[in-house]
Amino acid sequence: MSVLTDRNVLVLLAAIPLLIAAGPIMPDWVRFFLQVSLASGLAVLGVVVQMRAGLVSFGQGLYYCLGAYAAGMTGHFVGVTDVFALLGLGIVVAAGVAVVLGFLMSRYREIFFAMLSLALSMILYGLLVKAEVLGSTDGFNLPKATFLGLAPTEQALRFAVYALTCAVTLLAAIFLYRYLKSPMGRIGEAIAQNEIRVEYLGSSARTVVHITYVLAAALSGAGGALAALANGHVDPEMANWTTSGQFVFVALLSGTGNVAAPLIGNFLLEMIRVYAVAWSPYTWQLILGATMLLVILFLPGGLWSLVERRKAGG
Amino acid sequence: MLKLVAIFIDGLVYASWLFMVSVGLTLIYGVMKILNIAHGSLFALGAYAAASLVGAYFASGLPPAGSYVVLPVAAVIVGAFFGLLIERGILRFMYGRDEVLMVLVTYAVFLVLEDVIKLVWGVDPYFTAQPYGLLGTIDVLGLPYAVYDFALIAIALALGAAVWWGLNRTGRGKLLVAVIHDREMSRAMGINVTAMFLVTFIIGSMLGAIGGALTAPKISVVPGIGVEVIVLAFAVVVIGGLGSIGGAAVGALVAGFVRAATVHLYPEAELFVIYGVMALVLAVWPHGLFAQAEARKI
Repeated sequence: MSVLTDRNVLVLLAAIPLLIAAGPIMPDWVRFFLQVSLASGLAVLGVVVQMRAGLVSFGQGLYYCLGAYAAGMTGHFVGVTDVFALLGLGIVVAAGVAVVLGFLMSRYREIFFAMLSLALSMILYGLLVKAEVLGSTDGFNLPKATFLGLAPTEQALRFAVYALTCAVTLLAAIFLYRYLKSPMGRIGEAIAQNEIRVEYLGSSARTVVHITYVLAAALSGAGGALAALANGHVDPEMANWTTSGQFVFVALLSGTGNVAAPLIGNFLLEMIRVYAVAWSPYTWQLILGATMLLVILFLPGGLWSLVERRKAGG
Repeated sequence: MLKLVAIFIDGLVYASWLFMVSVGLTLIYGVMKILNIAHGSLFALGAYAAASLVGAYFASGLPPAGSYVVLPVAAVIVGAFFGLLIERGILRFMYGRDEVLMVLVTYAVFLVLEDVIKLVWGVDPYFTAQPYGLLGTIDVLGLPYAVYDFALIAIALALGAAVWWGLNRTGRGKLLVAVIHDREMSRAMGINVTAMFLVTFIIGSMLGAIGGALTAPKISVVPGIGVEVIVLAFAVVVIGGLGSIGGAAVGALVAGFVRAATVHLYPEAELFVIYGVMALVLAVWPHGLFAQAEARKI
């Protein structure tokens, strides 16, 4: 099937102008949450692509935070304010770090992979909390962003960054969808099934895991940079285990069968969280944990598997 | 010379602490093949329980020495209660699933317990420094050391010896070793593996809670102490090899001395030196120093 006749690609492509056009109609706060959830949704996609290869990353916050801090520090200390430059930088820094760490990480699977990724993200968290220059736990603010040399008004800029976030996230989702259908993506799934056979068939499992790891990092880095632009602020919480845990949670809850499901799931979760936290501040993680247990027990394919099952049935 | 002594003693104290918090983790993994992330919560629960009970004990005006009984008792009670609850309430429905999935399950339990702790104890810090201060200090070559810290070394040695003795010198322990080596064969030979799992999980939970309870007098007990512990404990058991008790001891010693040396010689690196050692060990021995070889599935 060619790219442009693939129905899923067309749906995702059509969603870009729809979301952008819906932007001005939405109440400001809904649009803001949509924007933030699309940005962090990229990090969730990073978790998803690794899960497809059987790897659970408990530390995707590492790259989410790296992307955000790369964009933030360049804006804050160097004075570069162009959104495209900051976004690109976030991706490059995250992917660059992942290339190096990937040499270690690609040797590990299963629990070792999960715990090492957690340890790595907690190191970054610890570093940032100790870094006085970077505002320790408070983080710091980004300067007002510019668009290709233009310095739009506050309102126009907010809309422009929103539109950019929609476009980048959905294009990334399309890319990921195609990637997962490509031979490389298929090998990833084969690794989850049986790695030794993959090696017997002539592919290097380590190389594919390494590539998957870097791809996930690049996605998360882009998400982090976009989140930093959306919030105008970065703090170490982005690298904390709670952030990474939430990415895993969304991936698990939505299921990894479809690239759009995690994005939708992330948005819904973000909205539910607004009310849940206001209603009862200390039970949010409890709700997350309990839901996670229920999903693991009763819906191993995530909520999306309900949709698939209905399709298969009808 | 003085510095060397200081590094040695600090290293020993820290290693004892690391061993205490990680031995339960490695025991549970060895027997059940579950990397129990909720171990961090058990540590936190033990610390909170100890802090409240010891606080209440001192408020009641009984002789202060009794607080050393209250500390472990508090830990054993919460450890047993939550161990039983988690194993019977959740884990037993998940046996036979993938190891990674079990990490997710215990992670979910960890999330729930983090909030349960906040709901029960609130978010304000708890202090119980009395048992720490009560034992006073002694001078080693002119450096003052808390006697409590030396007591920790003794307790860690005793715990290690008890676990070793229980596993290698008692009938039930030998059955447990059989389960560690081959679960299915043990079941076929008539060992009640389900009961073994429950007992192991409760003992592992108690060990985690004891680690927390004995740490409580040294720190301010605040939300979030659990996650740091689980990451550190994982680093320690990985250095030694996941699932090996001796490995946990060696890992704790290595990590303890390296950290102590760093604190005295180059304090800036204190934060990640343990992870650095872990990365170094893993670079040479991919699954830790004493890990058993794993059969490849074809």
